[in-house]
Amino acid sequence: MSATLHHAGWVLRSNPVTAIAAAGMLVLLALGVFAPWVMPYNPIASDVAIALQAPSAAHWAGTDQLGRDIFSRLIAATRLDLAIAASAVGISFVAGAVIGSFCGYRGGRLDRAVGRVVDVLMAFPLFVLAMAMVAALGNRVENIVIATAVINLPFYIRFARAEVNVRRDAGWVEAARAGGEGHLSVVLRFLLPNILPSMAVQISLNLGWAILNAAGLSFLGLGVVAPTPEWGIMVAEGARFISAGQWWLVGFPGLALMLAVLCFNLLGDGLRDILDPRMRT
Amino acid sequence: MVWRHIAGRIGRRLLACLPALLGVVVFTFLLMRVLPGDPAVFFTSGPNAGQEEIDQLRGKLGLDRPIPEQLVRYLIDVGSGNLGRSLTTGQPVISDLRERLPASLELTLCALVLALGLALPLGMLAAMRPGSLVDHAVRLLCTLGVCVPTFVSGLLLIYVFYLKLGWAPDPTGRMDIFAATPPDITGFLLIDFAIVGDFAGWRAAAAQLVLPALTMALFVLAPLARMTRAAMLAALGSDFIRTARSIGLSRWRVMAVYALHNALLPVLTIIGIVFSTMLGANVLVEKVFSWPGIGSYALDALLASDYAPVQGFVLLMALVFVMVNLVIDILYGIADPRVSVE
Repeated sequence: MSATLHHAGWVLRSNPVTAIAAAGMLVLLALGVFAPWVMPYNPIASDVAIALQAPSAAHWAGTDQLGRDIFSRLIAATRLDLAIAASAVGISFVAGAVIGSFCGYRGGRLDRAVGRVVDVLMAFPLFVLAMAMVAALGNRVENIVIATAVINLPFYIRFARAEVNVRRDAGWVEAARAGGEGHLSVVLRFLLPNILPSMAVQISLNLGWAILNAAGLSFLGLGVVAPTPEWGIMVAEGARFISAGQWWLVGFPGLALMLAVLCFNLLGDGLRDILDPRMRT
Repeated sequence: MVWRHIAGRIGRRLLACLPALLGVVVFTFLLMRVLPGDPAVFFTSGPNAGQEEIDQLRGKLGLDRPIPEQLVRYLIDVGSGNLGRSLTTGQPVISDLRERLPASLELTLCALVLALGLALPLGMLAAMRPGSLVDHAVRLLCTLGVCVPTFVSGLLLIYVFYLKLGWAPDPTGRMDIFAATPPDITGFLLIDFAIVGDFAGWRAAAAQLVLPALTMALFVLAPLARMTRAAMLAALGSDFIRTARSIGLSRWRVMAVYALHNALLPVLTIIGIVFSTMLGANVLVEKVFSWPGIGSYALDALLASDYAPVQGFVLLMALVFVMVNLVIDILYGIADPRVSVE
């Protein structure tokens, strides 16, 4: 353990980018949690008298077509966007890890069948699948979460399956079985904890992707509905004003999206360096 | 000999694709049948349409029959090339899709060519001097490229190149509305204008295409350039490169001929994945640039709960994807003859 910490410290010192990404993510999380207390204005209170004002000292990111403060809306949206991404990735991680590790442990016909389904799913343009699912299930936030979880699922199943497959005949697994552990217990108590570190990398990289997907869906008008502050829908509403030169309506939500995804991606790369030194690029 | 092997592989691949395609058809059918909106209510004459009229339309659409029967009818229709009729445009779905597919394909292919044209040199440059300034610049570009969503980068490109600099034309659609109507031969405007020799028209069409294609290219630049760099590094570290260098071949020849040739296989593999991402991103880019392709068509149908076009679109996506994978398979065989002799 202390060796891991030592290694982590070494990676963080030699690669300050990871440390910056971790700090950025903490800031995002804090903004999400404390949103109601940090927002300078009410994010949904409109005031047409100050509509479409450029960024200023009073309104750091300007105001939108209804006079709402964009900076406050960005902060309010942080909570929703992070919550959507985290719950979607959480669902697909838990489901994918369990399904994948049982398939990898058992092997056989079930494993091949699941592998086939996963291959077909992964081959398909996943964003299109998510679009169709949200449209089919209804325009609600929960359905964005479900759709994003489903399109992430194949990656986790395949990953967990492969990781468990290479470990299932390892000595310590044999020892656990010889010690009288049932199959269920071997998978859940011995194999799953063992593959968690490498899955953490996958989770961090996936969170960024999930944010992009959710924002893309609401940009198209699927999922989150208009007055709710959300980065994708803010870009969609601001798109009309870009040809009039009012760039801040699109620019700031776009910047927020970019920074959030950047943090998660860099953190994922850093985690990979810490947890899996062999994969270092 | 090699060609026979490739042909055999293609045949086997096509057969292996059939169950997957069937799965896609059944899946989209079921998905569309759980859609909340009732299209019969949506498309009757008005909000005060009587129950009688709704029932009549349901009967006409076959919505009153049991689901398994609807599915079998749908499968038979798809098999005979009848994808139903779009309720919004009033046209058969297949002719709508045929009319709009060239616009989407032209955009996606141009974006892919543009992305490859940028990613291959960048990846090679980075691999030539790992750890150098160029390498870090390429890495930075790639890291940022995957973080900006296509709908944001598209809008920002419009802001800079259309509004501020005035270099790009009005970013709506494939053709300027005041320009001469394009000839209708293949549906690919660049090819059509080239065939009739209308170079003013060709330039106008190309100018409309640049921004959306660039938007998509930027999004997929990262995986392509990263893979090129990694594959080139692996190839440059191998024995045959050392041999080539030691017998005094020029640096350029070693890089472009021997190393690149061997680095192409992993790049080809990732092109398949990249293409799938692009097909999805197409919908977003087409919406931003009002591009009259299949993505915006399907989106409109989806929001109007019009079943048939969405099913047709998803099926077409799957077909395009299968075809792309076939082409990549063939290129595999050409790039590395060992693959086809397995």
